[in-house]
Amino acid sequence: MPSICFYFQVHQPYRLRNYTIFELDNDYFDDSKNAEICRRVARKCYLPSNLLMLELIKKHKGKFRISYSITGVLLEQLELYAPEVLASFQALAATNCVEFLAETYYHSLSFLYSREEFIAQIRMHEQAIHRLFGQTPRVFRNTELIYNNDLAFLIEQMGGFDMILAEGADHILGYRSPNFVYRPPNSTKLKLLLKNYRLSDDIAFRFSNRNWSQWPVTADRFAAWINAFNGNGFVVNLFMDYETLGEHQWEDTGIFSFIRHLPSEILKHPDNDFKTPSEVAAAYEPVGVFDVPHTISWADLERDLSAWRGNPMQENALAELYGLEYKVKNTDDRAIIIEWRKLQVSDHFYYMCTKYFSDGDVHKYFNPYDSPYDGYINFMTVLDNLNSRCHKVLLQKKREPFSILSGEPSPSLM
Amino acid sequence: MKAFMLGWEFPPFISGGLGTACYGLTKAMGQLGMQIAFVLPKAGISRYTGPVKLMSAEGSVEIKEASEFENVSFHEIISPLRPYVDSSRHEAYSRQRGSYRERNARYIRSWHSKSAEQGENYPNDMAGQVHRYATKVMEIATVEDFDLIHAHDWMTYPAGIAVAKSSGKPFVVHVHSTEFDRSGEHVNQSIYDIERQGMHSADRVITVSNYTRNIIVGRYGVAPEKVEVVYNGVEHDTCSDSGSSHALPEKTDKIVLFLGRITMQKGPEYFLAAAKKVLEKMDDVKFIMAGDGDMTHRMVEYAAYLGIGHRVLFTRFLRGADVDRAYQMADLYVMPSVSEPFGITPLEALKHNVPVLISKQSGIAEVLTHALKVDFWDIDQMANKIAAVLKFPLLRRTLREDGHSEVYKFRWEDAAAKIKGIYEKILNGS
Repeated sequence: MPSICFYFQVHQPYRLRNYTIFELDNDYFDDSKNAEICRRVARKCYLPSNLLMLELIKKHKGKFRISYSITGVLLEQLELYAPEVLASFQALAATNCVEFLAETYYHSLSFLYSREEFIAQIRMHEQAIHRLFGQTPRVFRNTELIYNNDLAFLIEQMGGFDMILAEGADHILGYRSPNFVYRPPNSTKLKLLLKNYRLSDDIAFRFSNRNWSQWPVTADRFAAWINAFNGNGFVVNLFMDYETLGEHQWEDTGIFSFIRHLPSEILKHPDNDFKTPSEVAAAYEPVGVFDVPHTISWADLERDLSAWRGNPMQENALAELYGLEYKVKNTDDRAIIIEWRKLQVSDHFYYMCTKYFSDGDVHKYFNPYDSPYDGYINFMTVLDNLNSRCHKVLLQKKREPFSILSGEPSPSLM
Repeated sequence: MKAFMLGWEFPPFISGGLGTACYGLTKAMGQLGMQIAFVLPKAGISRYTGPVKLMSAEGSVEIKEASEFENVSFHEIISPLRPYVDSSRHEAYSRQRGSYRERNARYIRSWHSKSAEQGENYPNDMAGQVHRYATKVMEIATVEDFDLIHAHDWMTYPAGIAVAKSSGKPFVVHVHSTEFDRSGEHVNQSIYDIERQGMHSADRVITVSNYTRNIIVGRYGVAPEKVEVVYNGVEHDTCSDSGSSHALPEKTDKIVLFLGRITMQKGPEYFLAAAKKVLEKMDDVKFIMAGDGDMTHRMVEYAAYLGIGHRVLFTRFLRGADVDRAYQMADLYVMPSVSEPFGITPLEALKHNVPVLISKQSGIAEVLTHALKVDFWDIDQMANKIAAVLKFPLLRRTLREDGHSEVYKFRWEDAAAKIKGIYEKILNGS
């Protein structure tokens, strides 16, 4: 002990194009921009990182182990724009040292709005993971590590999962350490794995920060920090966006070389090892209850929902979107249902965040819009168009109640 | 430290940003303990502003010392000079006297200029007026003691240059607008020359935004290190905070407001073109154009030509309570300016709790975050955003509430402090 548990979040949204009330078509998404970004991130991050991980797994003969959660919307884009990345993830899957986690296919906030939709999207994602990587996920992570007791209860009811990942939020943990396995208060079977945000953020956010007192951090120093937990922790959970490697922290920061040397430095200590979340679940028993009545996430300093639900525009956009659920599903129109789901990607609401807007802070870097207002206007204009399409289809259906096509299976739950 | 300041008439006597800026800045600088001798040209032809009135203003010296303006003394020069050429025939300037002036300002002396009584000769004899004004300013300079000269916009530059030359004191020009803002690419060459000469003679150039700074550097060839940006502020007196409540006619339509001079610089035709587009998608909207200018008649015709005449209301020039009413009725304020060095009206709209849509070709767009922004020529986006604000109440609310709070970050105290720093740098020879 301790074990190192790496989990990388891999995600790219479908960004909307600039859509005004004067548009005559229903093309909501900016295909060329999405393709361009997908290929750029593939080049800078996904491909070199996957290659590196493969190299490390081979080099350490199965002792280096990692996990990924890849969103359905990214898998779709990779198939379209960067199939070589998908192939390299499949190569990683074939090593048996890589675990793929389950989440909502559309990287959505559906847990907060519609249980039916939430469950449908998890099932969709499981199927995609099984189809592409031959694994049936046993560990669940919700969008942006959004978590509370109800989520644990629901996931346990759904069955098929051993563990959920969550943020090791200080205000819940108190004096306790994130480096143990916990359990939800209302569950007997599920285990919780909590992000060690200090060490995770040392890599994800502070790695290239020259004003940070610990800069530059090297693999051996980082390993020494890990070794310090020996005897007082089971597992150090390093959770981060995969884009940290090469996209958020550029190659010239030395991030790849850091990762390249990290496994051997960590494995120098005979008590250390690498485990995937499922292996952690099998190896360790919970030491206590992690009680989360109020929702937490891994976002910003607040570790709450304020990045997506922090202002009235965000609340309104989400309420309107999920308010359309039954209308959308009743159309039985495959295109409408898919587009409605693509609008659920949480990034759309993150773009509307005004929290740090006045200071022009980090949110801006990831934002395709000049301002949160533009994000809201664009989203609502698209949603308005989708709504009117639903009306048209539903009106049509009313007129032809005995359509010969109505015998076809409903695509709504695929 | 004492500044010899060549400024402009204060509101509400003059509409527009220049007078407002001179007022706010001078007051705040005085409060910071800086001494200012403030020289202003004033239109002398009005029956309200004859010598008798001025005498009575002089008589109220004691009252004002205690009030608004500390450390400021005033000199008036009767002159038909006006800061905005394009509205020079606009009568409103001399129609009504500002009320606070009698109460609050301290007038040392009025300097009459004979030619002033000859009336509207300004457009034809601009050079002569600027020259006569400069001569008067030179006279005043001989009775004042000061450390540097600070001139606001081009018509005061020749006077400033002259005083700087004769006194040997440092010279600062403060650019609130340029000929490119007012006239687009069709600049008046002689005005451009005066502006350029003023900027090049100056020890420092202060601009109201980076937008204007870029014009100064790019179009006038001024060394960038000589140009400093000092953003304007707004008055935060509580009484005018959200405007007092006025009785309003019953309102059935959403109202989109344009308020400003109806001139090429302010982009009124883009407002109407966007209005036309909005009305193609929504029918319960009215567009109000408040203000006047040399394009008013053309805009009335243009609205008719677009077939939206019944949806566009022209109020002509508004003042006082009517301005408050216009804001109070509005659901959105639009500033579609083609080139706006700063743009104080969006802040006034926000003070009145009206959300704003502003052109990106403005200084205010650099610093105001809680506003919608468009390129002035992008009619589709302008219309799209107008429609969004009218359609989505929560967008309106967020823009209004967050925008209203944001107005408080624009303080004349900060502008005055920055100018104090610039003065100190100049006087210390750095």
